[in-house]
Amino acid sequence: MGNFHQWGINMTWATSITQQMTKPLILGITIGTSLCIASANAEIGYPEKEELKFGFIKLTDMAPIAVAYEKGYFEEEGLYVTIEAQANWKVLLDGVIDGRLDGAHMLAGQPIAATIGYGTQAHIITPFSMDLNGNAITVSNDVWAKMKPNIAKQADGKPVHPITADSLKPVVEEFNAAGKPFNMGMVFPVSTHNYELRYWLAAGGIHPGFYAPHKGDTSGQIDAQALLSVTPPPQMPSTLEAGTIYGYCVGEPWNQQAVFKGIGVPVVTDYEIWKNNPEKVFGITAQFAEKYPNTTIRLTRALIRAAKWLDDNNNANRPEAVKILSQPNYVGADYDVIANSMTGTFEYEKGDKRAVPDFNVFFRHNATYPYYSDAIWYLTQMRRWGQIEQDQSDDWYKDVAAKVYRPDLYAKAAQSLIDDKLIPASAFPDFSTESGFKAPQTHFIDNLVYDGNQPNAYINSFTIGLKQGDKL
Amino acid sequence: MNSLTSMTHNRLMERGWMARVMVKMAELSKVILLPFIGIAIFLSVWTVTANSIETSLGQFPGPVAVVTQFENLYQEHVNEREKAQAFFERQETRNAARLAKDPSYEAKIRGYTGKETFWDQIVTSLVTVMSGFILAAVIAIPLGIWMGLSRSLQAAINPIIQIFKPVSPLAWLPLVTMVVSAVYVSPDPIVSKSFINSMLTVTLCSVWPMIINTAIGVSSIDSDLINVSKVLRLSAITHVQKIVLPASIPMIFTGMRLSLGVAWMVLIAAEMLAQNPGLGKFVWDEFQNGSSDSLARIMAAVVVIGFIGFLLDRGILALQRWVSWDQ
Repeated sequence: MGNFHQWGINMTWATSITQQMTKPLILGITIGTSLCIASANAEIGYPEKEELKFGFIKLTDMAPIAVAYEKGYFEEEGLYVTIEAQANWKVLLDGVIDGRLDGAHMLAGQPIAATIGYGTQAHIITPFSMDLNGNAITVSNDVWAKMKPNIAKQADGKPVHPITADSLKPVVEEFNAAGKPFNMGMVFPVSTHNYELRYWLAAGGIHPGFYAPHKGDTSGQIDAQALLSVTPPPQMPSTLEAGTIYGYCVGEPWNQQAVFKGIGVPVVTDYEIWKNNPEKVFGITAQFAEKYPNTTIRLTRALIRAAKWLDDNNNANRPEAVKILSQPNYVGADYDVIANSMTGTFEYEKGDKRAVPDFNVFFRHNATYPYYSDAIWYLTQMRRWGQIEQDQSDDWYKDVAAKVYRPDLYAKAAQSLIDDKLIPASAFPDFSTESGFKAPQTHFIDNLVYDGNQPNAYINSFTIGLKQGDKL
Repeated sequence: MNSLTSMTHNRLMERGWMARVMVKMAELSKVILLPFIGIAIFLSVWTVTANSIETSLGQFPGPVAVVTQFENLYQEHVNEREKAQAFFERQETRNAARLAKDPSYEAKIRGYTGKETFWDQIVTSLVTVMSGFILAAVIAIPLGIWMGLSRSLQAAINPIIQIFKPVSPLAWLPLVTMVVSAVYVSPDPIVSKSFINSMLTVTLCSVWPMIINTAIGVSSIDSDLINVSKVLRLSAITHVQKIVLPASIPMIFTGMRLSLGVAWMVLIAAEMLAQNPGLGKFVWDEFQNGSSDSLARIMAAVVVIGFIGFLLDRGILALQRWVSWDQ
């Protein structure tokens, strides 16, 4: 499947690409220029392509797209958008690549993996990050019953959070000793969920297995104690119910649905694994952005406005958003199930409802700004688990990030919204100083620190995982 | 005496009339009463069983829940039409505003971008199945006739047909999808790829029964008829027109009925798997949504699918009666 030797050839593809690749090095200049352009012609031209089709997967974090449609933000940009649910992430990505879809709600790892040629090779970019957090790990009732004795209790008898995989380890060992595979589901090989589930398992000493694409092994189960495989998000609860998997990591509403159906227990949210982790992005092809520059800026404007609406006045619009999402053509699950996570609470074990105000963040904390450091985190995890089979330099990580994540397009859209007085400048990062790298982040479940400027040092800091120099 | 005879006569007449009424009643009860009883029993069994099946999405829907969903689906359809109306009005205002600013702009009215309602999906499914079926008929009937006329061609093609006939649409679908994406490339396609995908899958699965039945029909024509044609020295085309077609119509229609049944079943599966718009996709989407109404909505779709399948079959039957004058 993926072949990273291709990368060397890709580098010499075209000058336009080379120009983009040097972007991080002259980042300040680039953003400075784009700002000048933005303020020089604040008026963005009419969209070159007016009829668009966007794909999504039935998950609550597709909300910005639904809201931009229902609230008329797309139409206000002169865009006539059709929104279509897709069967799974592979179908969705192929749709964007072959042009059946103009853009889509994507896993952050998808544009990155596609651009470096892991899986299907295509240059996909993202001008807009869709949300932070929003996922959780759910285990079946039986596994939960076995984990529970290993978890410390609070004074009120409820388990102490966050629950680490240390409590799952004896259960997995028991399965392994009996020769039974401990199967878990995630949604896609390059999904946030795969990396989060792996992060959580590995932090608790459970090996989730390596990938070895150069040997043709893309199952990701080499040396694994817990065997991870792909299941489309909406099918997670029924697959768990059928006993094919013992747990899964997925976005909402599919964890809350397990509680609602009484078939499983969410044990940990990704907010607890990595506070305010970047989640979905809006992906388009590089050709699309090049061919339709006005359309690209305009759709980004509509999405930014939708994301802001979702977080406005301390989540005051969330109930209305939940109502939109519960329509059968969007997420379609029951209002109550979606509301459980969208309105600032999260129900773990039945009856154990806790406040997680930032479980779904769409706009605050600069959630929509495509940070290079976010892209690099995904790349470090791809290297950690062998999807990137060989060592790469720190510059390589930054170059790839700059090729996929396009804060310049975001800045242009945001600046025009500021100029139109639709959103105050204070709602955005200060584009004149923003480097695209978040300050070193500390809120991980295993207390490791992530600095996007030093990907290789970060990779070397994990106990379980490939390090610099390791090759399978 | 006279009056007595007439009385007896009257009584006899009366009795005869009564008997006729009784016979009529019995006939009527066969046509109306028995099916009515059958349906009533079915509905009560359904209600009782549904009440005792508890799924993770709540209780299995009984007839009442399904009827409620029919009302909802209709209401959604009406609401969506209103939204469409508003959409077109907004679009016209926007076009006018832009034309005022930018006179060179070629304003056009774009189709509604909202969701397809249940009724839209029924129409889509019907259009797809009929297109696929007609395409299959266009291929199958001439081929079947040719095979019926030529023993050697039949011997050559028969094994291929026997092998492909039992293949499930699910096996064809990935191949069809990939080939269509590779071959059907156009910047401004007239019909969508998904339509072509489901249509071709329907064709591939429904072509076989038609070929076989047509071939059998043609090859088993009464030899007297063939001799007549030989004596009259009819040309090949006239022979087919005047002798072969009229004689094999019943078999051709049997094949078409079988094929249309297959086509309808295949279409639902194809739509479900390939996410092509239509009733199959409706069922799949509802299954994925997993809301507490989902099962009742799926059941509503099941009823509609069955009813349409029945109507299609009756339609072909009516067509056959109309075409074959000998019955």
